[in-house]
Amino acid sequence: MSGVNWPGVWAIFHHEMTRFFRTIMQSLLSPVLSTVLYFVVFGAAIGGRIQSVEGVEYGAFIVPGLMMLTILQQSVSNASFGIYFPKFSGTIYEYLVSPVGWIEVTLGFVGAAATKAVLIALVILLTSFFFVGVHILHPVWMLAFLVLTALGFSLLGFIIGLWAKSFEQLQVVPMMVITPLVFLGGAFYSAEMLPPFWEGVAKLNPVLYLVSGFRWSFFGLADVPVGVSLVAVGLMIAACCAGIRWIFATGWRLRE
Amino acid sequence: MTGIIQIENLSKQYGSGTKALSDVSLTIQEGEIIALLGPNGAGKTTLISIICGLVVPTGGRVLVGGHDIRTDWRAARKLIGLVPQEIALEPFEKVINCVRFTRGLYGEGPDDAYIEQVLRSLALWDKRNAMTRELSGGMKRRVLIAKALSHRPKVLFLDEPTAGVDVALRREMWEVVDQLRRDGVTIILTTHYLEEAEEMADRIGVINHGELLLVKPTADLMGEFGKKTLTIELTAPLAMIPDALSDRGLRLSPDGRSLAYEYDTRAERTGIAHLLGDLAGQGITVRDVSTRQSSLEEVFMSLVAEPRQEVTA
Ligand SMILES: Nc1ncnc2c1ncn2[C@@H]1O[C@H](COP(=O)(O)OP(=O)(O)OP(=O)(O)O)[C@@H](O)[C@H]1O
Ligand SMILES: [Mg+2]
Repeated sequence: MSGVNWPGVWAIFHHEMTRFFRTIMQSLLSPVLSTVLYFVVFGAAIGGRIQSVEGVEYGAFIVPGLMMLTILQQSVSNASFGIYFPKFSGTIYEYLVSPVGWIEVTLGFVGAAATKAVLIALVILLTSFFFVGVHILHPVWMLAFLVLTALGFSLLGFIIGLWAKSFEQLQVVPMMVITPLVFLGGAFYSAEMLPPFWEGVAKLNPVLYLVSGFRWSFFGLADVPVGVSLVAVGLMIAACCAGIRWIFATGWRLRE
Repeated sequence: MTGIIQIENLSKQYGSGTKALSDVSLTIQEGEIIALLGPNGAGKTTLISIICGLVVPTGGRVLVGGHDIRTDWRAARKLIGLVPQEIALEPFEKVINCVRFTRGLYGEGPDDAYIEQVLRSLALWDKRNAMTRELSGGMKRRVLIAKALSHRPKVLFLDEPTAGVDVALRREMWEVVDQLRRDGVTIILTTHYLEEAEEMADRIGVINHGELLLVKPTADLMGEFGKKTLTIELTAPLAMIPDALSDRGLRLSPDGRSLAYEYDTRAERTGIAHLLGDLAGQGITVRDVSTRQSSLEEVFMSLVAEPRQEVTA
């Protein structure tokens, strides 16, 4: 990676992380609070009826799903807001006139957004230890899935932030697309619990592959083969990178 | 000789259809200070934005330090610092961190000694730990200048550096520019004030409707447009200018009630005292005198009007 302006990458990354740590309490408090609520509502209410899913206690079964839900939401919102804010305040000009290209800007912004999302997901994992006993079968794979997913969706969020022309647009995609995909992606149930037709439909949802792979790293159970999950994340990362590269090459919504 | 900035046949048409620049060519030498003058919407900011990489041109090309801004943009941009027309700053950031951040973006390692020097030269050192949102407008503009200087650019663009800046600060700004000139920095600035261009620039370019109408050394331009007109109102109308005064370049108004005399304000002798004495000598009594300087608007008017006169001639 010679030719990359590393001080530039660091400047952006550091700047973004500073903002995160300046508001560390808000950044961590709300995800932790919602996790606790999920445990109370889903774990206690539903878990009372569903004792276990495929041999895993229901409370523990939803932990990977909860972490995924958080990581997708945090990645998308961090990255989209991270780049939208300078567009909104006008400070974007600095990124456009300095010797940083799509690589530096992406590494800086997306790297920071993904780092924050991973940190928050780990805090949620810690929180869940207070409620259920979770044993992680493949911790290294668990981290790998976490990081790859955070990267994939931070890249997606970055594109959303580049595309958005208003705060409404900035929020509509996460709300209308990401959240439903997560809920329908088997975060709180196994796809096999669905009738065959809906199981087929669910398998068209890319998030299912992430949740499935991630859950496998915890319990060794998967709706789809783990390799397929990895390929799905890899494809998503590659597609988003190509998109961002195109945006910077053409100046779309940046240099118009 | 090739300049540090070479602009060749540059054009820009915005998506909205506005033609903001047409076929602009200009070579700027290293160490030169050039002022771009022009009314609102003339295309000054567009020209600067293209050179800095904010706007993609629709035609032509620009070389900065010999590097094409489209193909060799990293090398070109490292040489440039930009102070934009609109103030845009991260609101919840300390002044000094803002400047450090920009230095990082330009690929430079930390150098707090140099940053201190920049902040001191802009009278911002006392404010280094203040949040940018706590600063006044003039201070914010100086922070933008500090940011633009953070990586020691060879070329500095100042887009209306003194807009909204009080008189005292304007003087300070001119001094900053003067210091940069001594350091050998090439400066391109835009302004609406002829006086300001005169004070700072080696050359002045006039832009209107996206066209670069002229570029001339400041001294030449001020010679042409720095003229004043003395209007002498007479107590009694004259039928014609007396022969004794015919070589003074006087113009008699159609009603014969006033004489107009054009003179160069920067000439050592304006000839006014002599003229008034000679008028008295001819028995012509003066009721009142007034002077008027050709304003920037008139500069534009005369520049824009000239081609039309050629057509009708
Ligand atoms: N992003 C844009 N999209 C469409 N048109 C634009 C854009 N920016 C500028 N223009 C148009 O291009 C023309 C030149 O604008 P520019 O900002 O370059 O003028 P200027 O000389 O800097 O004016 P001012 O003295 O007011 O700053 C104007 O007609 C303006 O409306
Ligand atoms: Mg302008």
